[in-house]
Amino acid sequence: MTNQTSDVLDVTDLRTYFPVRSRGLIPRTIGAVKAVDGVSLSLDAGETLGLVGESGSGKTTAARSILMLVRPTGGSVKIDGEEITDLSARKLMPIRRKAQMIFQDPYNALNPRHTVGAIITAPFKVQKVVPPGGVKKGVLELMERVGLNPEHYNRYPNEFSGGQRQRIGIARAIALRPKLIVCDEPVSALDVSIQAQILNLLRDLQKEFGIAYLFVAHDLAVVRQISHRVAVMYLGKIMETAPRELIYSRPLHPYTHSLLSAVPVPDPKRQAHRKSRIVLHGDLPSPIDPPSGCVFRTRCFQAQERCAVEVPPLVELAPGHHVACHFPIAVEDLPARAEVQALTADDPQEATPDVQIVSREEAADGAAGAAGKGRGAQEEALDEGGAAEEGVSLNKPRA
Amino acid sequence: MTATSEEPLSGMPIVGSADRPFLSVNDLHVTFPTEDGLVQAVDGVSLSVERGKTLAIVGESGSGKSVTAQAIMGLVNRKSATVTGEIWLDGQELINLPQREVQELMGMEIAMIFQDPMSSLHPFYRIGDQIVEAIRAHRSIGKAAARRETLEMLQHVGIPAAERRIDAYPHQLSGGMRQRVMIAMALINSPQLLIADEPTTALDVTVQAQILELIARLQGEFGTTVILITHDLGIVADVADDVAVMYGGRIVELASTTTLYDLPEMPYTLGLLSSVPRMDQKLPERLDPIRGNPPSPIRLPKGCVFQPRCDYWQRVPGEACLTVRPDLLESDPDHWVRCHLKVEERKQIARDVKQILAGGGE
Ligand SMILES: Nc1ncnc2c1ncn2[C@@H]1O[C@H](COP(=O)(O)OP(=O)(O)OP(=O)(O)O)[C@@H](O)[C@H]1O
Ligand SMILES: Nc1ncnc2c1ncn2[C@@H]1O[C@H](COP(=O)(O)OP(=O)(O)O)[C@@H](O)[C@H]1O
Ligand code: SF4
Ligand code: SF4
Ligand SMILES: [Mg+2]
Ligand SMILES: [Mg+2]
Repeated sequence: MTNQTSDVLDVTDLRTYFPVRSRGLIPRTIGAVKAVDGVSLSLDAGETLGLVGESGSGKTTAARSILMLVRPTGGSVKIDGEEITDLSARKLMPIRRKAQMIFQDPYNALNPRHTVGAIITAPFKVQKVVPPGGVKKGVLELMERVGLNPEHYNRYPNEFSGGQRQRIGIARAIALRPKLIVCDEPVSALDVSIQAQILNLLRDLQKEFGIAYLFVAHDLAVVRQISHRVAVMYLGKIMETAPRELIYSRPLHPYTHSLLSAVPVPDPKRQAHRKSRIVLHGDLPSPIDPPSGCVFRTRCFQAQERCAVEVPPLVELAPGHHVACHFPIAVEDLPARAEVQALTADDPQEATPDVQIVSREEAADGAAGAAGKGRGAQEEALDEGGAAEEGVSLNKPRA
Repeated sequence: MTATSEEPLSGMPIVGSADRPFLSVNDLHVTFPTEDGLVQAVDGVSLSVERGKTLAIVGESGSGKSVTAQAIMGLVNRKSATVTGEIWLDGQELINLPQREVQELMGMEIAMIFQDPMSSLHPFYRIGDQIVEAIRAHRSIGKAAARRETLEMLQHVGIPAAERRIDAYPHQLSGGMRQRVMIAMALINSPQLLIADEPTTALDVTVQAQILELIARLQGEFGTTVILITHDLGIVADVADDVAVMYGGRIVELASTTTLYDLPEMPYTLGLLSSVPRMDQKLPERLDPIRGNPPSPIRLPKGCVFQPRCDYWQRVPGEACLTVRPDLLESDPDHWVRCHLKVEERKQIARDVKQILAGGGE
């Protein structure tokens, strides 16, 4: 990755760990979930980086950590050249003008007690910004721009469909002309026809305002449509990152191959003739106790001894094409049908931690409920500049 | 599967097979009275599925897919909804069957799996005990034998270390494993009909591929008939023999999977297919979505329900799309379409759109 200071976003070795507490009367911290474990990435103005990976791979945590909505455990995040990891909530406020977020769930992300007008007005109020012509005029123009009827200014979110709520979220996010918008699964909850409308809108806004997107999604076809570059994440780490054409036509990491070949193609003829489909067995291992060496090795069809002992570093194999694998493999060299009964059965590293505590559901609740503040809390946390949750602090002083 | 018009069952066209279809639904209506008015969730659905085949039902949210499935399963609460029409399963009509008899069929003849496995699994009981319970509710067999059968089924659906996991609670399993446990429970009494409502929507593509392979394998082994509800057109192409496209509570197109993807005739189906970003085609500069939003089930348009979003209604003479509900008519053998456009015109539109899609960017 480049390290020019001109980048809109520059993330280096980002780590976010969550404490695992024992059950019992006096819970003790007995370990850590390494949700994000050494992620580096960067974004130029007007560029989209797609971040993909299975559920639990750490995409959301990475996205939220970048905006300090959850405090990272370590690493550096620079927005427009400014280091923000150590900033207090108050000092983060000006950063919110530059970096905004759009959430997956258009139902929970908006405060149901606020009108659409109030929701889109909030960023202006909080940041004390008055657009030319006044705030109300600015808000009406924004509504128009994202395809909402300005006459609906006084309506409440529950009177809108999912796609329209997502437009409200987009209007709020672009209100202050940010340089960066972190989008966490912005179209996953939408029907395909609406999904396409929103993707087109995001692309148009990017062209118009030069916004950079970090676009988190698990749908690889959607990511291909919107991204200039793609990063593939697994168990808290980046496995491969490359320009879009390369990731889809010349992937080199076994995990990327597996992901791509699992996507069903809407064409019955192609389905029937598909040559090599790699069926990935088992589930994502527990991030509490990740496999040694390469974290993907318990499901990798070509894992070898070295993979268990040596962590593969992310290496640039072609210009802009970085791969973290000891034995990268090109499409043409894949086995005809690389279906390998991987080490799922009784591998001790395999999923399902017996120490429960951090189930996906709880994590999701925690994220959506933002420390018990309930609906609309995401929106507010973002406006106020505060962090909704804390990662583990590794004795890092905070200003 | 054979398509049916809205004629009575006796006159139902049965194409491609001398047998009576295993399942046939005839003119099904489900309405829910609500504070805002009457919700027409299902508005005259007719379809049939032959034994051992897979029928996919696709459509946007709110189009009536789940309610159709729930009606077939007898899961629609008759106190809060009106259900009319006929549902024939293997020669037996279900809608007018007493509730108790329907319940006996459920879990034995017909089973259902859902998007959320926790809607079938009880959080406080061990998964093994729950499956044993499902066996013994329908068959008189001993506890030990039922447990043996349960273990075999858990192994069959690919639960690793099943002998240990049989005593696990649902929360101790990952999402994909819970989904497999639910499938094991649904299949334990070898049902003849399996209805899967968005069974993989909450799962990752990798796990989705595992689950779809599992369903296909078990279908091959047990000869189960499957109705698969999904909004993912990729999955449909992967597993279904036939497809019913739903919009506004009605079937708007019904055809074999190959026909539907090759030359869809209803403008809505065409719109759906051109809305999805695809990995197997050139990258278009922009997607070509259907404009507007799905209709409210309370205020359905008077004419064609799709008219407010349709690009072609002006080609139909006399503004029929605004005033007359089109019928589901057979366009070619086994290809049913609900649209006022002339058949040749529809086909030409489909060819033109496909040409444009194939010619896109990069
Ligand atoms: N119990 C109910 N009371 C009132 N309306 C209902 C009820 N159940 C469903 N509906 C309505 O019936 C229509 C069809 O619902 P259904 O759940 O079948 O759609 P669907 O296609 O399965 O959508 P999704 O993909 O979102 O599950 C919707 O408008 C829905 O709001
Ligand atoms: N607040 C939290 N407390 C504990 N664990 C968490 C929390 N948030 C996320 N995690 C864990 O971090 C890992 C990555 O989660 P997440 O970032 O939500 O993944 P994704 O967005 O890719 O689905 C998961 O194992 C999850 O359980
Ligand atoms: S390092 Fe080894 S285990 Fe990891 S992806 Fe490469 S080959 Fe597979
Ligand atoms: S009937 Fe008319 S409005 Fe409906 S899909 Fe056909 S052309 Fe469009
Ligand atoms: Mg997420
Ligand atoms: Mg549904």
